[in-house]
Order: sequence, then C-alpha cells, then structure tokens
Amino acid sequence: MNGRSTRRDRIASRLVQLAFLVVLMTLWYLATTKWGVSHLLLPNPARVYDELRDVLGSGEFVPDLKITLTELAVAFALSSVGGITLGYVLSRSQYLIRAFEPLLAGVYSIPIILFLPLYVLFFGLGPASKIALGTTISFFPIVLNTIAGFGYVDRIYVVAARSMGASDFQLFRWVLLPAALPVILTGLRMGFTVALLSILGSETIASLAGLGHRIVHLAEAMETARMFAYIAFAVAIAASLNVIVTMLEAKGRR
Amino acid sequence: MMLDAPGTVARMSGAARRAEPPGRRLMRALRRRPGIARLGAIAALFGLWEIAARYWVDPMFLSPPSRVIGAIQTVFQTRGVPAALQITFWELAVAFALSVVIGLAVGLAVGLSRFSHRTFMPIIFLLYGTPQVTILPLFILYFGIGPASKIAFGVSHGIFPIIVTIVAGVQNIKPILMVSARSMGANRWQIFRWVIFPHMIPSFFAGMRLGMTGVLLGVLLAELYVSTAGIGYFTTLFTQNFDPTKLLGLISLLAAMAIVLNEFVRRAEVRFGRWREA
Repeated sequence: MNGRSTRRDRIASRLVQLAFLVVLMTLWYLATTKWGVSHLLLPNPARVYDELRDVLGSGEFVPDLKITLTELAVAFALSSVGGITLGYVLSRSQYLIRAFEPLLAGVYSIPIILFLPLYVLFFGLGPASKIALGTTISFFPIVLNTIAGFGYVDRIYVVAARSMGASDFQLFRWVLLPAALPVILTGLRMGFTVALLSILGSETIASLAGLGHRIVHLAEAMETARMFAYIAFAVAIAASLNVIVTMLEAKGRR
Repeated sequence: MMLDAPGTVARMSGAARRAEPPGRRLMRALRRRPGIARLGAIAALFGLWEIAARYWVDPMFLSPPSRVIGAIQTVFQTRGVPAALQITFWELAVAFALSVVIGLAVGLAVGLSRFSHRTFMPIIFLLYGTPQVTILPLFILYFGIGPASKIAFGVSHGIFPIIVTIVAGVQNIKPILMVSARSMGANRWQIFRWVIFPHMIPSFFAGMRLGMTGVLLGVLLAELYVSTAGIGYFTTLFTQNFDPTKLLGLISLLAAMAIVLNEFVRRAEVRFGRWREA
C-alpha cells in the first residue's frame, strides 16, 4: 500500500466521523423542533448550549466541583498511600504474595459498589461515604499492581546488584523502583479512573452535594436542559482529568 | 547421577523432618501452604469484625457476622426479597446476553475492515472513556424506573469492553494465516469459519469476562439509584431502618451472586481460551 492511498483513507475516515457527528446533531435538532419530542425528555441543543454558558458564566458549578474534587483527592491519596505501602510489604516475600494476592484479587472481583449502602449507614450522606467508597474501589488495582511491580522483578537483577555490593536502599532505588514503576503507575491510573467513577456514581445515588448530586437534583426537578449542560460539564471534567493522568503516567514511565 | 540427585535430597529432608521438633514442623507445613495463612487472615478479619460489632460499635450500625449468617434466612423470608433477587438476576442475565450479542456484532463489523476500524474505533474509545454514571438519570428518564432502565444501563457498561476485546482479537490474527487461506482458495465464509472464528474464541471469552464485570456494575448502580421492586429497594429500606443485620445479609447474598456469575464466565474463559496451547 503506497503513501497516497493511506492518506486518502485517513481523510475518508475523518469525513465519516464528521458526518456521524453532523447526522447525530441534526437528528437531535430535528427531534426537538420538528418531530415534537417533549423537551422534558430531550431539550433543544441550542437551549442546552445557552444553559451551559449560563452555568459556566455564573460560576454556579464551583461549590459542587470543589466538593467532588476534594472527595476524589482525599480518596485517591488514602488508597494510593495504603495500596502502595501494603503492596510493597507483601511483595517482599514470595510466601506473602502467594498467601495474600489471591485474596485481594478475589475481593477485587466483587462489585464493590455493593458496599455503598453500608458506607451510607456508617458514614452518612455527606462526603465521608463517597471518600470511603472511592478509597475502597481504587485501593485494589493499586495494591495488586504494586505487588505485580515489586514482586516479579527478575531475580537476576537483584542477585547481580547484591553481588556487586548494593545496600538495601541502593537496591530499592536503582533496581526495584525502576523495574516496578511502570506497573505501579498503571495501577495508579486505573485507581484514579475508578475512584472518579465511583465518587460520581455514589453522589448520584445518595448525597447532599457534588456534581453527581447536582445532575440528579436537576433530573428530579425536570430541568432537563440544565441537566444536559451539567452532564456535558461533568463529562468534560472527567475526560480532562483522565487525559492529564494518562499524560502523567506516560511521563513517569520514561 | 544427576537423575538420582532429587531423590537423595527428598530422602534426606524426609529424615531431617522426622528429627525435627513438632513446632518447627508446623512452621514448615505453613510455609509450604500459603493457603493456610490466607484462611488464617480471613478468620482473623472475621474475628475482629465479630469483636468490634459485639463490644465497640453501636448495634444500629454494625452487627457481628455470627448474627448476619443467621439473618440470611430472615432476609429470604422478608416479603418481596426472593422476588427482588430474581428480578435482579434476570436484569443481569438479559443485560449480559444483549451486551454479548450487540458487542459481538459491532466488534466484528468494526474489526474486520481496516476502514471501519480506523473510522469507528476512536468513537468507541471516546464513548468507553466517558463516565456513564453521569447519564444514569437520563436512562431513568427514558426507560422508566422498572427493570428496563437497569438492563439498558447494564448493557451500556457491558458492551464496550466486549467490543474492544473482540476488535483486538480479530486484529491480532496473523496476516499470513489469512493470506495463505486465501491463496489456497478459501472464500469469505470459509476464512471466517476456519481462520477468524477459532482465533477469536480466546478474546471472545476474555471480553465476556470483562463484560460481566461491566454489566454487574451497571445493573447494581442503577438498582441502587432507584428501584421499585429490585434489590435496590431493599438496600435502601434496610439502610433507612438502621437494620445492619439484614443489610449485611442482603449484601452478602448479592456478592455471592456476583462471585458465582464472575466465576462462571472465568471458567468458560479458561476452558475455551486454551486451544492454542494444547
């Protein structure tokens, strides 16, 4: 295949993607203006745009965003400190890995969202129950990847470093850490993504404040246009956080 | 002589073991079986939970495991709970079946042509990456508060991992296999049946496992959000009544259901994913 035809292919697929978007928007527009779909179910795109500008302009989103981001930061800090510490301790012995890794992986396969009613009972409707859920859910990918990172470093490197007289700290700094870091960073990214998801989800299910709560509140008030605006806003925030984290991961790998 | 060496070692260690004091022998047995330590840790956790619930924590919030296990029967006898479990199970089953069928169809359509792969994969990754919890209220708005919204939300979570793994599986087929099949005169259907299909099976089952995780998450999220007859209704009820015994019983039942479903799909993956190694 020569260069020109691949280039033509690429342009064609961009065009199809663009057409897909245009058709979607047109259908949305026609459904709301011509076909009489109730604006309670599907608001007019122009109104959603107006509402979005109003939300962004008035700064109404700031308190909710602050709460959601604080919950996320606390939950992620707790789970990464706890997960990396426990993972490192377990990874120091093959015996501990064989004893506890299956246990952690087993718990990880349960949908942990089931604990949410329990956490609401323990910690109430406020931020504490969201932090608890986000911590629990993001703890598992982090601890499992830390074990995988530190526990399966090729023994030859360890033996070589030791026989050249490396101290414990030198072994950690120059052998174990560089070998394990990419895997741990992947775990941290996965943990971050699920923490964000679970915090938004638990705000949707039972809460007093936060972005998820605002969306539900607007849904219950049947203010669909404003709800669409907030959904777009929340999706944009989540997407940009995920892009930042992925970039940090790629940077840390080098 | 080399062949003899392991036997000698085994005999020697056997003799050494007989001479050991029993305490050391126990330690050695523990060392060889990490499973025992695992069981010990689980027992310790349950013990801690039991003690904490009995002596430290207000019984309004936590009840000991001994009482929870006894309460599972009472949970079953609560009016509506067996029906709710059944409804939730059906929601999971239907959502999973739909995810597999749609995911397989879309995955094949996108994965089998270079053009559609390049065009539609970015869109699929974009959709996969968006946090779908934010549009949960929309699902309720469109599909109502009954089982339909749970099924739809479960499908929206289960379908993307299936599509992505199917596409990856189809794309990973070595081109030489396709070329050689074609040069030996295979038609499109024969290529699909004898080259693509067998190569797809491992990734298909891997996708099913990831899809099951997604479906469980989606259905349970929607159940917990709003529910009239499913399990979410009862978790809310028990939480609001400060009845931790029944709540914990119900959660353990649901966790058991999730574990069984996950294990079922995982076994299928191990069973059907191995043909190439054999």
